[in-house]
Amino acid sequence: MLPDNRGYFGDFGGRFVPETLMPVLNELEIAYKEARADSTFWAEFEALSRDYSGRPTPLYLAEKLTRHCGGARIFLKREDLAHTGAHKINNALGQGLLARRMGKRRIIAETGAGQHGVATAAVCAMLDLDCIVYMGEQDIRRQSLNVFRMKLMGAEVRPVSSGSQTLKDAINEAIRDWVTNARDTYYLLGSVVGPHPYPMMVRDFQSVIGQETRQQIVEKVGRLPDYIIACVGGGSNAMGIFYPFLDDREVKLIGVEAAGKGLDTGRHAASLVAGRVGVLHGAKSYILQDSHGQISETHSISAGLDYPGVGPEHSYLKNTGRAAYVAVNDKEALEGFQLLGRTDGIVPALEPAHAIFYAATMASSLDKEQLIVVNLSGRGDKDMGIVAEELGVKL
Amino acid sequence: MSRIASVFSQSGRKALIPYITVGYPTIEATLKVVPLLAQNGADIVELGIPFSDPLADGVTIQRSSFHALKNGVSPQLCLDVAKKLREKVDIPLVFMTYYNPVFHYGLEPFCSACVGAGIDGLIIPDLPPQEGGSLEAIARKKDIDLIYLLAPTSTEERIKLVAERSRGFIYLVSVTGVTGARDRLPADWEVFVSRVKELVSQPLCVGFGISTPSQAKRVARLADGVIVGSRIIQLMESGDIQPVGEFIKGLREALD
Repeated sequence: MLPDNRGYFGDFGGRFVPETLMPVLNELEIAYKEARADSTFWAEFEALSRDYSGRPTPLYLAEKLTRHCGGARIFLKREDLAHTGAHKINNALGQGLLARRMGKRRIIAETGAGQHGVATAAVCAMLDLDCIVYMGEQDIRRQSLNVFRMKLMGAEVRPVSSGSQTLKDAINEAIRDWVTNARDTYYLLGSVVGPHPYPMMVRDFQSVIGQETRQQIVEKVGRLPDYIIACVGGGSNAMGIFYPFLDDREVKLIGVEAAGKGLDTGRHAASLVAGRVGVLHGAKSYILQDSHGQISETHSISAGLDYPGVGPEHSYLKNTGRAAYVAVNDKEALEGFQLLGRTDGIVPALEPAHAIFYAATMASSLDKEQLIVVNLSGRGDKDMGIVAEELGVKL
Repeated sequence: MSRIASVFSQSGRKALIPYITVGYPTIEATLKVVPLLAQNGADIVELGIPFSDPLADGVTIQRSSFHALKNGVSPQLCLDVAKKLREKVDIPLVFMTYYNPVFHYGLEPFCSACVGAGIDGLIIPDLPPQEGGSLEAIARKKDIDLIYLLAPTSTEERIKLVAERSRGFIYLVSVTGVTGARDRLPADWEVFVSRVKELVSQPLCVGFGISTPSQAKRVARLADGVIVGSRIIQLMESGDIQPVGEFIKGLREALD
């Protein structure tokens, strides 16, 4: 079972962090191992997932989108209906419970689109933990609604002005805080990135998405889907839905990255499609970098995908061929965003709008017997401002 | 004995190890300041190869790194600068950088280029011994010291691991935190240094947060050397290197 005991998925992963954090990560790994084997931990996770987060989320057959595309049937895994509006709550809840179990009351987190920050703020309020969220200044501007939501739930939002002022820099700053306050602080990392054990831990908490999907599609259709499609920034929603299907070879897994302004412009965030292997934020994985090994500035219309790295397990799935990775640009994502609203009355977040666009295009070329599941990882309320601006609408 | 190890074989003398970011504020300043550091009593100089995401660094070195990157400083350019410096100074030169630029250059080519440039050692704060095996094997073949770090959070087990693997000296991070000049030394630094001293026999150099002669003097009572970085970067901001010379001289006097 992966990762191995050094935190590697094949050639990817590991623990490339300053010495100060090595003992802290060891402690975290041991605490998680104990929690993982403790049925009372999972009982509480499941009870709160049900009563607080609203799980299970539905699997919905998007009939009108299906008819519009005229091909494969498209199902949507409705993570947008989870509490706080995205799949991020699953991981925030799991790690929040772990932090409390470890006796750490000061929680720090990073956020890009703000969805992980909001989920962490909510869980911290509920579990009575202190919450500090690092967020790039550019993201604070483009996701101001989520900033306000975090503050309403008692979190402190700390602006990050270094580098590109986006998710990458927010993670740098969170790690600096963690190095400084290593003994009493829990870093609640929001994706399947970072040093071991984070990629494994976040995947485990998110794999509830895939487990539910599996049961629901079998109940509805009597068989597994042909394709599962999910957007990939750091890759937590994709890993969560892919993981329980890894051994089902007949289920094709497709991750959709952000092609931004276009892969040939250099202004994108497609680490797996266009990156090279390197080390960022504690793990070896595919990374967007320049010819000197400096990390590239990325671009995507969706703040949640605007990240130059990706979870190491995705790099492994790419290299083994178990999953395929593609990229969809800003314009196409905007089309996907509007399409689902028109066809089925569901406005997706800009992140899964990438996956919607890809699924819709693909469905048209498949026959009607085929089944596609798209992980609709979050809802689009937070993106109204950006989309209105892009469409030239004044609110 | 490596050139770095021989620094610590002089009895009684405490090693003074300044850090500078290559290309900050200019390449010319780097070429001039290193000989000045050597003249004024530096025993080893740390040359920082700037990285876009320096997560172990505080604001001062973050700023110098971004500035240098904007000036087009690359690992290759740092190697070229080191080569020029090697012709001017005899003291050991070590590179301090993060793992990705080295990994991207290629571990073997990078170490070969270091040998060609007269670099004696490497300090890579995001490369703990668990991940350092490949680079370590190559570096050792080429007689380059890979210097590992310890921190106040390090357990006895980790102290022993680093002692076994580090070459040249062991870099003790004085504080749980990032680099940067601080008004006072952290409360528990002595406990930490003493704890390491009991378990290892290698030279111990303390860095992070040391910015005055009196701090350096206090630290050197327990340690074999002191590393000073952010304060020097602050002094170099104007591009005038003379204040750096004075500062190093002051540190040297405090240590002797």
